[in-house]
Amino acid sequence: MITKRIIPCLDVRNGRVVKGVNFEGIQDVASPVELAHFYNDSGADELVFYDITASVEGRALFTDVLTQVASEIFIPLTVGGGINTLDDFDRVLKCGADKVSVNSGAIKDPSIIEKAAKKYGDQCVVLSMDIKRVDGSFHIFSKGGRIDTGIDALEWAKMGENNGAGELVVNSIDTDGVKQGFDLEMLQKISDLVSIPVIASGGAGKKEDFLELFKASCADAGLAASIFHFKELSIRDLKNYLNDNNIEMRI
Amino acid sequence: MIAIIDYGCGNLFSLSSSLRALGIECRITGDKDEIIAADKIILPGVGAFGDAAQKLRDCGMDKLICELAGEGKPILGICLGMQLLFEKSFEYGAHMGLGLIKGYVGPLEGQIPNDLKIPHMGWNKLNLAKSDPIFKYIEPGDYMYFVHSFYARNCVENTLAFAEYGVAVPAIVKSGSVYGMQFHPEKSGAKGLALLKAFSEL
Repeated sequence: MITKRIIPCLDVRNGRVVKGVNFEGIQDVASPVELAHFYNDSGADELVFYDITASVEGRALFTDVLTQVASEIFIPLTVGGGINTLDDFDRVLKCGADKVSVNSGAIKDPSIIEKAAKKYGDQCVVLSMDIKRVDGSFHIFSKGGRIDTGIDALEWAKMGENNGAGELVVNSIDTDGVKQGFDLEMLQKISDLVSIPVIASGGAGKKEDFLELFKASCADAGLAASIFHFKELSIRDLKNYLNDNNIEMRI
Repeated sequence: MIAIIDYGCGNLFSLSSSLRALGIECRITGDKDEIIAADKIILPGVGAFGDAAQKLRDCGMDKLICELAGEGKPILGICLGMQLLFEKSFEYGAHMGLGLIKGYVGPLEGQIPNDLKIPHMGWNKLNLAKSDPIFKYIEPGDYMYFVHSFYARNCVENTLAFAEYGVAVPAIVKSGSVYGMQFHPEKSGAKGLALLKAFSEL
């Protein structure tokens, strides 16, 4: 059977990995290439790179970083950030990405999901969603979590699946950076609704949070950034712990 | 030198990078003379079977691969490249493959329990069914990275390793000097690279 996956996420700005809390207060962390090597060596099952630069120079730096990582590290790489068109898919796939994650780009033009799935295959298209509770329901937020689109998150997830997304990254703004555990309530609602893999993001603070996530079987993978970047938790220790608790891991 | 056949199907960046990281000389090429001169051949592939098989035929690569296989040159098909080695596929219609390995390719859908997701995507364990030099650097139970919705069938006698996913999914197949890997060794970390190294040393 396939294992649950542990995925470190690297937010890259101007060629450096950075991390914020609740989408704000960004601090510099490390070189993406060094960090990618470190995670690969410590047992990460996949790496996610988000390009959070807006400038043209930043974008060029990002593609350089990506090319270098992809030529040195041989596990699946997902790339997101600034993906709005098929040309953007093409640009990062040529640099060695295996999957492309689309977020605001799909809000602006939902047809990008179907077009990309037809061109590159469903397995290549990841729909990433930033979700926050608003008046008792779940809304999709855009612009890095700043703007409420008013779109219902459950309908959006289903739309993504129906149009050919191969995976969903479900990021809870409410739990992001707070380190009190994943948003199980929201993850359960989404994973009950779709049959494509769900990657849980936002809220991991300790190894027990991952155990709770996988025991509740509401996600196929857990994604985190700061607890791995700041070495509060090593991926190796986490995977051993989960394996000891009967969650199959690639050790 | 290993020739990675370029026939317009798939992203060959990771594959060539992984061979280079192993210190193995390789060339991405669609040039027949270069492919004939190579010690070994890798047939990659992503996308739909019908399209890929047609592209191979359009550039006459199908005949060349079969000729070289007949001469005993080691050939490795990866993912869709592995599926192309079989006699036919029922991926959206019926399509002829290269026929280098007996069996056919069919959908996972309908063959596995409903609670298992399609595609079969992620890290799964290799169960070794036979011994073979390709296993020189790996152990039973090592994990490889799979992404596929169709799988090889009726090929038990040619299956060296399989992965459990509701059915026994042929993961490594072999007939003569022709190997196929359903997973992506170039995306399977150190263990995947170990398989490529073993292939380069055949």
